Amino acid sequence: MQTPRSNSIALAAVALSSALVLSACGGGGGEAAEPAASGGPVELKVSLFGTFGYDEVGLFKEYEAANPGVKIAYESTQGEDKYWPALQTRLASGSGVADVQGIEVARIADVVQNQQDLWTDLRETPAADSVANYIPWKEPAATTEDGAVLGLGTDIGPMGICYRSDLLQQAGLPTDPQQLAARMSSWDDYVALGNEFKASAPAGSAWMDSAGGFYNAMVSTEEKIYYDEGGNLVFETNPAVKNAFDTAAAAGQAGLTAKLEQFVDPGWDAGFSSGSFATIACPSWMIGYIKGKAGDAGSGKWNVTTLPGGAGGNWGGAYLGIPAVSEHKEEAAKLIAWLTAPEQQAKVFEEVGNFPSTTEAIAAVADTTDEYFNNAPIGEIFSKSSQAAPVQILGPNDGVVKNAMAQALLSVEANGVSPADAWTAAGTQVNNQVGA
Amino acid sequence: MTLSLERPAPGERSAPPGGGSPRRRTDWRSRLYRWEGRSAPYVYVAPFFLLFLAFGLFPLIYTAWISLHQYRLGSRMRWVGLDNFIWLFTNEKFYNALFKTFTIGILSTVPQLLLALGLAHLLNYKLRGRTFFRVAMIMPYATSVAAATLVFAQLFGRDAGAFNWLLGLVGIDAVDWRNGDWTAQIAISVIIIWRWTGYNALIYLAGMQSISKDLYEAATLDGATKWQQFRHVTLPGLRPTILFTVVVSTIGASQVFGEPLIFGGGKSDGGAVNQYQTLGLFMYQQGWTYNALGRAAAVAWVMFVLIVGLVLLNTWLTRRRQGRVKTS
Repeated sequence: MQTPRSNSIALAAVALSSALVLSACGGGGGEAAEPAASGGPVELKVSLFGTFGYDEVGLFKEYEAANPGVKIAYESTQGEDKYWPALQTRLASGSGVADVQGIEVARIADVVQNQQDLWTDLRETPAADSVANYIPWKEPAATTEDGAVLGLGTDIGPMGICYRSDLLQQAGLPTDPQQLAARMSSWDDYVALGNEFKASAPAGSAWMDSAGGFYNAMVSTEEKIYYDEGGNLVFETNPAVKNAFDTAAAAGQAGLTAKLEQFVDPGWDAGFSSGSFATIACPSWMIGYIKGKAGDAGSGKWNVTTLPGGAGGNWGGAYLGIPAVSEHKEEAAKLIAWLTAPEQQAKVFEEVGNFPSTTEAIAAVADTTDEYFNNAPIGEIFSKSSQAAPVQILGPNDGVVKNAMAQALLSVEANGVSPADAWTAAGTQVNNQVGA
Repeated sequence: MTLSLERPAPGERSAPPGGGSPRRRTDWRSRLYRWEGRSAPYVYVAPFFLLFLAFGLFPLIYTAWISLHQYRLGSRMRWVGLDNFIWLFTNEKFYNALFKTFTIGILSTVPQLLLALGLAHLLNYKLRGRTFFRVAMIMPYATSVAAATLVFAQLFGRDAGAFNWLLGLVGIDAVDWRNGDWTAQIAISVIIIWRWTGYNALIYLAGMQSISKDLYEAATLDGATKWQQFRHVTLPGLRPTILFTVVVSTIGASQVFGEPLIFGGGKSDGGAVNQYQTLGLFMYQQGWTYNALGRAAAVAWVMFVLIVGLVLLNTWLTRRRQGRVKTS
């Protein structure tokens, strides 16, 4: 629906900006070499999923302003489970991929083990210097056996528990983060508090959102989850996985969950504002999600505290990679090095909530508080969680197992399947698919 | 061939008398005309067949080839013979998907066609604003699957959905449409019914309008009620149309995909206990969630054979019926 008028304005804008670009190139002539102007204007395509925060914070515009001649075309797919399969098709055909692509942490092992040829080794690009900036485990996870670095880390997912203070107050539970943390020294305590909440809860409010989310929070504190050190799939024999599954299933059977499947059920999104659930396991990136879904009306209702017993954990996080077919590797590498630099990471955390993965940025955000969450010290909470988090062993099929577990737990809470049957079904499903 | 060239082709102008060179030119021309006369029909139909070869037949055969391999996108194909089919036929999830395709097919097709028949009958009367109603009928068909399903997913919401609110008015507890076994299938069927009823109603309406008015007049003279007219004049007259819609809806039902995918929030599981995972969704899950393209291709071929089987069954039933009508 472009009117001729806005067309002419757009034209004028294009003309003006190209004039600016030209003059910028002209001005630098003769002096130091102009890196961006080497091959004329470059358009970098950036394709991400969910909310990385770059567009929201205005970093793309900032980069364009600082680097005349670079234009950034940005697109984002909301769900990673839709983003990744589409990217796989494009990578295999070698066309339609962007110059910069996001990679979720659950996919990084697959990339490192199976897709080395499809991605650029960042050691050979201007991004090489950034690799040393990270917390110890972040970059090794994106490094192949031969030492090729295939992605630069964006954020990590240290954990907390987010809760609705208004609902907890109505049920007579402590609303202060410290006092609440004092009542939760283990996951069993968290469940016990849930039973207490249920006894005097406001109508239509469950203690937590979903058994699957609860399960993910518990396994996120483990070092060994679905794979062992040797790269073998051990989820069926790992007691930590079974315990987490049983605890979550029992909570589901006891009616402590709202039975809302995360990221899928429209009722889950609505629940952040309507109060269908009082608590939710909260990786740092969930902070931004809650703000988006609960809206302005939710400001001051939500709060954050530490995981039971002050445990550390990690759920999620991502990388930026450059597909091997990109024609602007040099420029793309400069862009991702800048986007993931400590200064930008800190900015993204303060405005969107994605927790930084570089040591310098983590130190910089240690005192951040969040007004929306009753001025909760989110910098401190997530920093501590990230420091206490074990270095997780990642595997190529983590995503498959995780989804099967969440699905099995949903069948327990919503369909009345017995936990034992659900556990068997999840195992069969995984072996049936991954065994091939 | 060379002999026949001596004879002038039909429609050819006789060559002007003269030296060797015009004579040779005529030869060349007559050959061209002849060739054109023979090949023109093929050239006219070629675009369709070339497109069909490229986008119909080739994918079909290549899918069969893939189904005999283990194939992950981006990696090499590995020959596994019939392993994918053995895996498929020993997989309870496949039978579950087959069954769900069947139940959702029945739940959506039967009410849809009955409703369409009723609506078409009403629209066939002289109504005020008839054109408006007819256009309104086709509107759902013109909406995209995604848009319709997203809206219905909200309407079928457990906590704040419109349907549960209506049920609440008559004192029925909130139903967890999405997670229930039959409730999820009903919800998806409602979306399909909503989208396709108008389309079928218009086809029935066209069929009804080709039934001679004389038959109705004669029936009225004989004292037949409206209902009797519907049963004994309209329905028999519509038989070929009904058969057409049944065949088309059956094929459509066996391919249901978009509605359950989007109803499930874009996940290919089809619910916690796969309660609404249709064959189409199952195929998608193998191919794009698990990256097992060989298995997905095997599912595709089994679906293809099933659909061909259904169509043959339908044709056979029609033939038998027509045969019986002729002999009686």
